[in-house]
Amino acid sequence: MQKAIPSTEYANEIRSEPIEHRFNPYSNNGGTILGIAGEDFAVLAGDTRQTTGYSINSRYEPKVFDVGDNLLLSANGFAGDSTQLIKVFDNRLKWYHFNHDKKLAISSAARLIQHMLYGKRFFPYYVHTILAGLDEDGKGAIYSFDPVGSYEREQCRAGGSAASLIMPFLDNQVNFKNQMDPESNGTKKKEIRYLSLDEVIQLVRDAFSSATERHIEVGDGLEMLIVTKEGVRTEYFPLKRD
Amino acid sequence: MNHDPFHWGRPSQGTYGDYNYNIAHASNVDKSNKSNSEFPKMHTQQPMITGTSVIAIKYNDGIVMAADNMGSYGSLLKLDDLQRIIPVGSNSVVGISGDISDFQYLERLLDDLEVEDSYDMENENLKANHLSEYLTRVMYNRRSKMNPLWNAIIVAGFDDNDELVLKHVDLLGVAYSSPTLATGFGNHLAIPLLRQKVETEDDAAKLTKEEAIKTIKDCMKVLFYRDARSWDKYSLCVIEKSTKSIKIEKDVKVEGMKWDFAQHITGYGIPQQ
Amino acid sequence: MFRNNYDNDATTFSPTGRIFQIEYAIEAIKQGSAAVGLVSKTHVVLVALKRNAEELGSYQKKIIKVDNHMGIALAGLAPDARILSNYLRQQAMSSKMVFNRPLSLSKAVHSIADKAQENTQSAGGRPYGVGLLVAGFDDSGAHLYEFLPSGSVLEYVGAAIGARSQAAKTFLERKFDEFPNATKEQLIEFALTALRDTLAQDKELTTANTTVAIVGKDQDFTVYDDDNVEQWLNLLDSLTNTRSTNIKDEEDDDDDDDEGDNENAEEAPAAAPESMDIDP
Repeated sequence: MQKAIPSTEYANEIRSEPIEHRFNPYSNNGGTILGIAGEDFAVLAGDTRQTTGYSINSRYEPKVFDVGDNLLLSANGFAGDSTQLIKVFDNRLKWYHFNHDKKLAISSAARLIQHMLYGKRFFPYYVHTILAGLDEDGKGAIYSFDPVGSYEREQCRAGGSAASLIMPFLDNQVNFKNQMDPESNGTKKKEIRYLSLDEVIQLVRDAFSSATERHIEVGDGLEMLIVTKEGVRTEYFPLKRD
Repeated sequence: MNHDPFHWGRPSQGTYGDYNYNIAHASNVDKSNKSNSEFPKMHTQQPMITGTSVIAIKYNDGIVMAADNMGSYGSLLKLDDLQRIIPVGSNSVVGISGDISDFQYLERLLDDLEVEDSYDMENENLKANHLSEYLTRVMYNRRSKMNPLWNAIIVAGFDDNDELVLKHVDLLGVAYSSPTLATGFGNHLAIPLLRQKVETEDDAAKLTKEEAIKTIKDCMKVLFYRDARSWDKYSLCVIEKSTKSIKIEKDVKVEGMKWDFAQHITGYGIPQQ
Repeated sequence: MFRNNYDNDATTFSPTGRIFQIEYAIEAIKQGSAAVGLVSKTHVVLVALKRNAEELGSYQKKIIKVDNHMGIALAGLAPDARILSNYLRQQAMSSKMVFNRPLSLSKAVHSIADKAQENTQSAGGRPYGVGLLVAGFDDSGAHLYEFLPSGSVLEYVGAAIGARSQAAKTFLERKFDEFPNATKEQLIEFALTALRDTLAQDKELTTANTTVAIVGKDQDFTVYDDDNVEQWLNLLDSLTNTRSTNIKDEEDDDDDDDEGDNENAEEAPAAAPESMDIDP
């Protein structure tokens, strides 16, 4: 049943058969993640709710991982791809240790993740990825990636469902965007400075409790991993479960 | 490549001959048994015979899980004696909903796994956490080939430290655990009832086995009332941590239903007085 | 030189039921420097003697980590050991990937045993020229296996392979009933003493030529090299071979009494090929 070859009319592009329903290999599992770098620490936090559509799959399904070498990694979006990405990273890190017998620097880890993501450019990992740790000088570092591997080092970054709610808040509170020096009577921008760990923890908690209020896919719990030169520690704060 | 704006992106005719419109217009109806089968190989696009919800809840000493015995073909009751909760080794059970042929494939896969495991180990090594990881990998790999196993699976049992495992895996390879789990319709009908009893792990630690069984039985009743693709005969699996036992009770019937309201329902089908 | 008619390939039996190529491969192990392993109820220790090809050269890697819970020590052709260890690493990783469980030791050694056996039954190949001591801790406890090019794997409480390893075996046989309840420090001391017994008379254990690895309950596979070995060498009263002075200074201390009767053997296999890449 060969179709008549379309002439140069657009109207002939209309298909007589129903549009094929294809299996959709992706889903959105909600949640949001947030990384902030300080002078000698970095924080990577994520809520612990996992959803599909309007259903809450689980109220505690962690998605931020300590992958070793003082690195924190989280991939937010499609949970299947997220776990796969982290598992593959674990393996690549192991081989790095076998071959080089040294710690993987965060800049190298970031480049590795770029290649892992771009390697699936035409069937992407459907995730927003954030990597946190300390750089070679011991300064806090956050690297963020788009689904196909474009990446950048930043002071802070929110990813996932409520990224668009949290990011402007971070611009204002971390990078002091649109803030003026009170002394200058509105003529000078407020000088940027490193935030202390306590300030950052409070910011992260505020960001998540606010996102929980406004976004249905965010809530239940906040798991925060903090990396310093002493190592990684985890803190958990409950969020509203509605 | 053809640069004509109406044929842009297609292989150039000069090099590859006429463009085969059958490819672009392939239908989702399998015509492979017909003589002119120039169609691309197709993968499962929809489940055929299906099993409905599997539900599970944690209690203070284990897990209770249930799934009915029906396999439906669209709205037809095709199979009425289907065991959808199967033990794997002595440490785990899996409850599988969705496509039945894929379920039977998984059944075979798990059987192979069990045989493989019993070959070279002196003590049994395949625990529920290993099983759930394996199934997650199988499901994810199949979805990545765009040829999914059309199922949702609940794995329950013991891990290597004899702690409880309760995990849900779906056709996309998404896995999660929670003290209450359900697949399919159960997600909408049973989960609210189960979470009323067990909202957190702490609640689970207070729920007795008897209460858990009653809750699950109530849920199976509600599902039979409201899920048109469900059946009143089901299997009930009780996992007990203190005795390390996994028991599956077969052919349990939904009890204590009230259908007398039915005679008052009007407005559907033949008008009543 | 005597010409043996039955050693042209690894797939042909001699009329007396031997496969010479495999025996030659086992000879290659004896040319490598010694490696010793022993097990307690909770830990496994591997120690090995590293050689350098020349004064200015680097020392050969003798212990290779496979995963957090297992590793190998080798004697013989180092490149062959690399192939096997990489294969084991892949197996270990896929076990973590697919089942989220560490590869069990028995599965691991049997996977390389199958590879080795294939070489003894398919034309065109040669057997692996390396012996391995595979050490690890899994959910059935601490294990030490010896792997040979024939494809045989056996579990041991104490084992030694490589040059002059018979001396170490003798020591282990005398002490093995003390291993099960030994602490990990004692275990390392036993291992190093056994290794010391394999030394030639003018040699001693140094931080440069000794490598130590331990794995066990709540203890990831850890390799100690160079300065890190000093703490373990300090456990010994003497670093030179104090066992006896009547040992010949040369390498051929292969009076393996545990090999059974070599009486009915035909001609002894010719010495292993000389110019091969034996771990220097």
